[in-house]
Amino acid sequence: MTTGAGAGHKPRPLVSIRDVSKQFANGTIAVRDVNLDLARGEFVSLLGPSGCGKSTLLRMISGLGDPSRGVIDWPTSAHDAEGHAEPDLGFVFQEPTLMPWATTLKNVMLPLTLKGVDRREAEATSANMLGLVGLKGFEGSYPRELSGGMKMRVSIARALVTRPSILLMDEPFAALDEITRHRLNDDLLKLWWEQRFTAVFVTHSVFESVYLSQRIVVMAARPGRIMADLTVDAPHPRDELFRTSAQYADLCRMASNALGKAMHG
Amino acid sequence: MSDLTASPQSVPQDSGTDAENRPIFVQEDRILGIARSTWPGILAPIIIGIFALGFWEWIVQYRQIPHYVLPGPWLIAKTLVADWGTLSGSLWITLRITFAALIAAVTVGVALAIVFTQSKWLEMSLFPYAVILQVTPVVSIAPLIIIWVGDINLSLLICAWIVAFFPILSNTILGLNSADHNLVNLFQLYKATRWQTLRYLRLPAAMPYFLGGLKISGGLALIGAVVAEFVAGSGGNASGLAYRILESGYQLRIPRMFAALIMISVTGIAIFLLTSWISHVFLRKWHESAIKREN
Repeated sequence: MTTGAGAGHKPRPLVSIRDVSKQFANGTIAVRDVNLDLARGEFVSLLGPSGCGKSTLLRMISGLGDPSRGVIDWPTSAHDAEGHAEPDLGFVFQEPTLMPWATTLKNVMLPLTLKGVDRREAEATSANMLGLVGLKGFEGSYPRELSGGMKMRVSIARALVTRPSILLMDEPFAALDEITRHRLNDDLLKLWWEQRFTAVFVTHSVFESVYLSQRIVVMAARPGRIMADLTVDAPHPRDELFRTSAQYADLCRMASNALGKAMHG
Repeated sequence: MSDLTASPQSVPQDSGTDAENRPIFVQEDRILGIARSTWPGILAPIIIGIFALGFWEWIVQYRQIPHYVLPGPWLIAKTLVADWGTLSGSLWITLRITFAALIAAVTVGVALAIVFTQSKWLEMSLFPYAVILQVTPVVSIAPLIIIWVGDINLSLLICAWIVAFFPILSNTILGLNSADHNLVNLFQLYKATRWQTLRYLRLPAAMPYFLGGLKISGGLALIGAVVAEFVAGSGGNASGLAYRILESGYQLRIPRMFAALIMISVTGIAIFLLTSWISHVFLRKWHESAIKREN
């Protein structure tokens, strides 16, 4: 693990966050002076204690809520007539956030339906995506018939069905038991390895962030700010072997130290 | 991800998901197409009803109560059959007004709710008047409406509508505004239009609330129709079930009064069952109120 994002000639980032601050109406400064570049295809975790603004930062990246100061730029994405970026992104919330009245398939189809994609094509794409998250055969089930982990899989399938260039995840597995979380971590990595989207993963778990990411951005609270930018230089694909390796333990200790420093100064 | 060739009912041993943690729903035996646990709810009130009617008949016979004070259930049943011609004609008139009012209440209530949730200004300006309409007793404005409108059926319809439409309006507004906040955000992320958000998110989310309002309004439409008929009937120009009650009262034909009363009650029960059934049909697949979990 090395500190700092490494110099040299790099291609233009997918997202460029410059001097971004966010102050809520009640005066709380959620995020202050954040500078961050996200490269195309990388897996980045935002790690920090609760209240450090990592979710707020993720939401601002997604376009839900504008920064109070600073800019979030998408140098390589399409822009609309008014100059606003229109990145193709997927978002996974902390809860599965499915429509209870719609079947699994219809839930996954939603982004395509909203884009006006032909129904038959949307159905085929969505069924295929459900298969990729391990839910083949559950197309006709309603959310209430699924377990917590399965609902999260549907949510991931919905986020990925448009083949976005960036997937934003806001502590998606925090409410799941450890075994289910490990499986979903593995499957998420596999999807990322195969499809090569940029992944931004918000978490407060050191272990999860080290297992998943190539890069960990450590944040501190009050006000929310970036304290460290760590590179996790263990090769992908990673699996159970990595999870039990000494290298993993070392990396976790270093990330944990960085987090401890961010929290206690 | 491992291969999955399962139907939702049977999941292979190692599917790679936590499919074995899915909730288990109660599966019940059915007797004559009705779930076993539903039967006591049907039978118990029927048995109580039989006992009550038996006691009623007995006390009327034993104490020799004159039928212009309290007729026994048997005499009422005979009157119901004998006067069926007149009574069924009146029932038909009351039913027509009730359902026309209910349909108007649904149409106007849902349309206004959609308009109000699209424009805060319209809601702020108009909602208080909907409340005024609701809190003014229909008995007190029915005579005015009858004078102004002239046509008796239309006046009754308007009165019943005034009573019935508010629960639909207020429930649907509540429902349209209670879509999951994260889902609303998701629709924003995908740049959904207002129409798409309404069609795919707000209307389905409002469905349980609307159906709750419909159940209340079904009964209220009948009450509104009957109350308005009483007002109109005292002027002598109506012909629905409420008018039959008034008329029987003037003529001291108490068994017939009871017969008409029973028809109104049965109509009310039928409307309640109908709206409950509609609600069940729409919600049984997904809403928490329509399912039972095994603990």
